[in-house]
Amino acid sequence: MLAVGLAAAGVLIATALTLRAFQDNMMFYVEISDAVAGNVPEERTFRVGGLVVENSVRRQPGELEVAFDLTDLEDELTVRYAGILPDLFREGQGIIAHGRLDENGQFVADEVLAKHDENYMPPEVADSLAKHAAAKQAAAEAGDAAQ
Amino acid sequence: MWTFFHKLASPPHFYGLAGKFIPWFAAIGLPLVAYGTWAGLFIAPPDYQQGDAFRIIYVHVPAAYLSMLAYMVMAIAAGIGLIWRMKLAHAVAASAAPLGAWFTFLALATGSIWGRPMWGTWWEWGDPRLTSELILLFLYLGYMALRAAIDDGTKADRASAVLALVGAVNVPIIHFSVEWWSSLHQGPTLIREGGPAIAGDMLYPLLAMIFGFSFLFGALLLMRVKSEVLYRERRARWVRRLATESAGAA
Repeated sequence: MLAVGLAAAGVLIATALTLRAFQDNMMFYVEISDAVAGNVPEERTFRVGGLVVENSVRRQPGELEVAFDLTDLEDELTVRYAGILPDLFREGQGIIAHGRLDENGQFVADEVLAKHDENYMPPEVADSLAKHAAAKQAAAEAGDAAQ
Repeated sequence: MWTFFHKLASPPHFYGLAGKFIPWFAAIGLPLVAYGTWAGLFIAPPDYQQGDAFRIIYVHVPAAYLSMLAYMVMAIAAGIGLIWRMKLAHAVAASAAPLGAWFTFLALATGSIWGRPMWGTWWEWGDPRLTSELILLFLYLGYMALRAAIDDGTKADRASAVLALVGAVNVPIIHFSVEWWSSLHQGPTLIREGGPAIAGDMLYPLLAMIFGFSFLFGALLLMRVKSEVLYRERRARWVRRLATESAGAA
């Protein structure tokens, strides 16, 4: 029974360490404004996350190299990446890039990750939702203007 | 009520009962999976973001759900076996482990295949949902290894039952990992406030797959429990009688 107790204690310690690792892992996440200010960990790679700025994606013809701007809605950071972008990479979409800053203050990514949300729907539904949202917004703005 | 439980705990009675349930579970599960596969591939519309690639959900979600359900079955059975010293419960726990391990492997593999094109990575170390599901696989493997390492059947039952119970803490961690920590994995689609966040045409095949997988798991589990019971009771009179009867019939 002692061996079982030890095994159980081992599992509990392993669980505690894992939970700690999840917390620690987030520490290497750097805010875009900090990255722009040069406030980043040296000697190690880190992550930045934000929205891809509309119309900011620039591709080199004939090459994989792509550059785009990432924003936290306050500051913008230019990210360069040579690799296959995930299917969910879109302008306006939230992404996470892993890499380091170069001497020009640009972020050189070795990995770009895209996240999606928990909603699944056919394209027509998404279109009509967007249309209704736009109509509502327009109506609200018209209402504001009338006042 | 109690006589029902006492009868259920008797191996020969359970053996006969399980044999009656297996064809029913299979008869319900197989059409559900067949419908789910067909409707998931041909009826459900493509997703507005992921196109046709989202269809892997019809294997990934049922597999992930079953990986946790099988663990709960295993842990509850192990707990019943530990507390009431019921041998049949230990047989159920031991039979659930390999099935759960395969569902976990399937969930991890399909998730990885899905993650590569959509997220941009096969695997992300430190992601709470991915890591806790991997720990689930190790718990199943550890449970099976511990059973296999102890020759004495009763000791193996009790030691592995403790491991199964301690490991049960991981199941809620898997479920809530996407809410407690930031994860690449999106939040729950089905079990959430405000109802499922998936269009009906996509939802029904998914539900059919989840229930279909569950019934097939039930059928497979009962088949495994039957053979486990036969092995454990191999010296009992009723098994000998069963063996001579089937030998006579053949």
